Order: sequence, then structure tokens, then C-alpha cells
Amino acid sequence: MQYALLAYGSERTDAGPMDGAIADVLARPYVTGWARLHADGSATTVRTGEGRTLLTDGPFIESKEFLAGVIVVEADNLDGALAIAQELQGPRTGGAIEVRPILEALFHGA
Amino acid sequence: MALDAVFRDHWGRVLATLVGILGDIELAEDAAQEAFAIAAERWPRDGEPDNPVGWLISTARNRAIDHIRRQRVLAEKTEMLARESTVESEATVYESDTFRDERLELIFTCCHPALAMEAQVALTLRTLGGLSTEEIALAFLVPTETMSKRLTRAKHKIRDARIPFAVPPDHQLPDRLAAVLAVVYLVFNEGWGGGRVDLAAEAIQLGRALTDLMPDEGEVLALLTLMLLHDARRRARLRDGEIVLLDDQDRALWDEQQISEGRQLLQQAIARGETGPYVVQAAIADLHLQQPRDWRQIAALYNTLSVQTGSPVVELNRAIAVAELDGPEAGLAILDHLDLDHYRYFHSARADLLRRAGRNDEARHAYQRALELAQTDAERRSLNEQLAKLSRSG
Repeated sequence: MQYALLAYGSERTDAGPMDGAIADVLARPYVTGWARLHADGSATTVRTGEGRTLLTDGPFIESKEFLAGVIVVEADNLDGALAIAQELQGPRTGGAIEVRPILEALFHGA
Repeated sequence: MALDAVFRDHWGRVLATLVGILGDIELAEDAAQEAFAIAAERWPRDGEPDNPVGWLISTARNRAIDHIRRQRVLAEKTEMLARESTVESEATVYESDTFRDERLELIFTCCHPALAMEAQVALTLRTLGGLSTEEIALAFLVPTETMSKRLTRAKHKIRDARIPFAVPPDHQLPDRLAAVLAVVYLVFNEGWGGGRVDLAAEAIQLGRALTDLMPDEGEVLALLTLMLLHDARRRARLRDGEIVLLDDQDRALWDEQQISEGRQLLQQAIARGETGPYVVQAAIADLHLQQPRDWRQIAALYNTLSVQTGSPVVELNRAIAVAELDGPEAGLAILDHLDLDHYRYFHSARADLLRRAGRNDEARHAYQRALELAQTDAERRSLNEQLAKLSRSG
């Protein structure tokens, strides 16, 4: 079963090199995909209104926390996915990781 | 009706095995309900089968397979189940008593920390306790609709996020077991307050099941002890609807058999070398039942518990014991450090100590604060009485 680990941050430490401990985890075979995202300021949100699509500058949900990355992992069950999330969160200085089961997914090599 | 009691006894056991077979709590619950309905119709007429649990599980499983076949959902499962059951006819499978008891797996699933505490509690009462959604709603004073949604949401999360149906591995067991015990103790404490559904009896029942399933876990034995010792004083705790303090209780109303059972279990837990928080609490509960009370030991054990749990409520209790030993000012000195302004017993305990220290104005103020936070009429009457006494003494 696949899970998406949504990594949230609360302060933007700019896009420097990845923390070594996190890079180690991301290199494991059960990680089937991952993405580090640019800061909230780079986001554009598309929504519908008045019968057409509207663009707004910025993320869909404005908050102090922001989505910093998405990691997709393969695990037998929630406990397996939580263990990976705990290992990833360990070296982080703040923020949080939300764990969600994936309903359907398709990834091509990035 | 006797059949009801039989059903309640078997529900958790039957459901747990069905969850193991079917891999889904909702599916298992529907199947179990159907099997119990069939039993309610047949057993009074044909007599109870020799192996009621095996009968119920087989019947439920067969019904579930029928449903799955008919609806053609869960196509892979049908195939799997069909392969397993082609040789069994309805008549022959009832003999089987080889169904594994999977209640432990079920309780660890229901008390998984990925579920909200209130969902853990509701789910445990529903699946292992066999309480209906209406009964659980009544016990926690929420509309049935709300409770039903809470249960459904929890079951769907277990299914969709794939919360494991398994006893946790050794390295996780202490934390996960603590979560299970916390749920059972919360159920017990809810029951202690009200007279709605008998949650205290439910919790003791769950505690007994846990000691059957994990006879070597000292904390499990200790939790059951703790509940038995508290519950033994149930009939003496209220007189004409008024709260009776421990020292004024009629000891003839204490359940001596339950107390000696509790003490035996506590000895077993201690003999296993267990020194966890439930053993300490059970030992304290035991000391409170003895006359005269050994306040030095009680204070020392609260100190141990305080270090273990870091709980200010434990410190509150330690302060009361210390006040008995070294006078009210010594107790008040501990209370001064506690951040428990929202907690009603903090104010009533503080008021008692202030009164005993002769600080009547402050005592009056503290009783009034306790009154504002009181949750039952009996509590309010008892506090008003204390206030009146204080006025009479000036």
C-alpha cells in the first residue's frame, strides 16, 4: 500500500542542500517518489468561479505552515508508514508530517 | 433476557475473529449482527449449540461470504473465501472450535494512537464491549447521530489508512499497551461519575478480558486491581444521593470479596516485579482502604507516581497526604506550585486545607470557585454545606 507523506514547514530555511539524514531515508527502496517544493510565494492557485477558471497568486490555504514536500512510500500498513515519517521528522527542526493513504497514483521517472 | 447476556459475553470474541477473517470491521459487524439475529430465532427453539462461539462465527462467516458473492464487490476476497470454504457445509462447520481468539488484535486496532481518544473509547466499547451505538451515545451524553458518525469515521480510517490488525511488536508494546489501558481506565472513570450506562462494570469487564489475554503483564493486573478496589466502595460512596467521604463511609457496604480479589491481583503484579504507574495507583488505593491510613506511605507512593507521570493531579493528591502528615500549611505549599485552576477538585481540596489552617476568607473564596466548576448536584450540595459550616464558624 502506498502512502503520501506531506511534509509541512513553518519557517522557510531557503532551499539549501538537503539534510543528510533525510537524503538517506529518501534513497531507500520503499520511497517510490518524492518532491521538494519551492516556497509558498511561488504558488499559483487555479479555481472555478462564475463559470470559468480563476487564477490567484499564492497557495490555496494561506497559513503560517506551508507544504514543503511530498514523499511517496510503500508500506504494509499505517504503522510502517508512520515509522518512515518518524524517521524523516527526526532531523527536522520544526513543522510536521501528515501521513495519508494513497487511493490511486502514477509516477513517471522524475 | 438471558440470551442477551449470552450475546454480550460472546460479541467481542465473535467479532474479533470475524475481523481477522474478513479484514474489515464494518463487514464483520454486519455479519456478526446477522448471526446473532439468527441465533435469537433458533436457539430458544432448538437449544443452544455446544459451541456457541464457533456456531456464531461460522454462521456469520457464511453469511458474509454469501453477501460478498451476491454483491460481487471485493472480488478477490470472494475468491479467497470461496476457496477456503468450499468443503464446508453449514451443518459441519459448527463443530469447529479452532477459531483463534483475536480480541487482543482487535483492541490494539481500536486503541491505535492514529485514532482520536474519543474514537478509541467508542470503538472499544462497541467492538469489545458489545454496547450499541445508542448506549455509547447515552453514556457520553452525545446525540446517537454524532456517536454513529464518530464510529463510522473511525472504522473507515482503520480500513483506508490500513491501521494494522495485530499485536504490536515488542519495541512498541509498552507505549501501545499504555494507550489500551488508558482507554479502559477512562471508561471506568466516566462510569464512576454518572449513573447512566454502567460504564464502570464495562471497564472492569474489559480489564478482566485483558488479564485473560495478557496474564503476564503486571500493569494489566494492576489496572484491574485499581478498578476493583475503587468499585468495591461504590455502594458506600453515596447516601441518599449525597457524597460520603471515605472516612465516613459505612464499611459494611464495601464489597469485601472484590477487595480481596483486587489485593490478590496486586500481589501477583508486584511479584512480577512490576512498578509501573498502575501498580503504584493500585497500591495507593489499597492503602486508602486500611484504617488508620498510613499517610507516610501514601505520600511516598504519590511522590513515586508524580515522578513517573509528571501529572499535577498526582501532586494535588500528594499535597493532601502531606497535609495529613505535616499539617495543612505543608499541603498548601505544594498546591501553590500547581497550575490546576480549571480543575474543580483542586479548589475543593485547597479550600479544605485553607479552612483547616484557619484561613477562612481564602477558604470561602476557594469553595466558591469549586462551586462554579462543580458538575453534579451532589457535588454542589456538598460544597454548599462546607460553605455554610464555614459561615457558622465565622
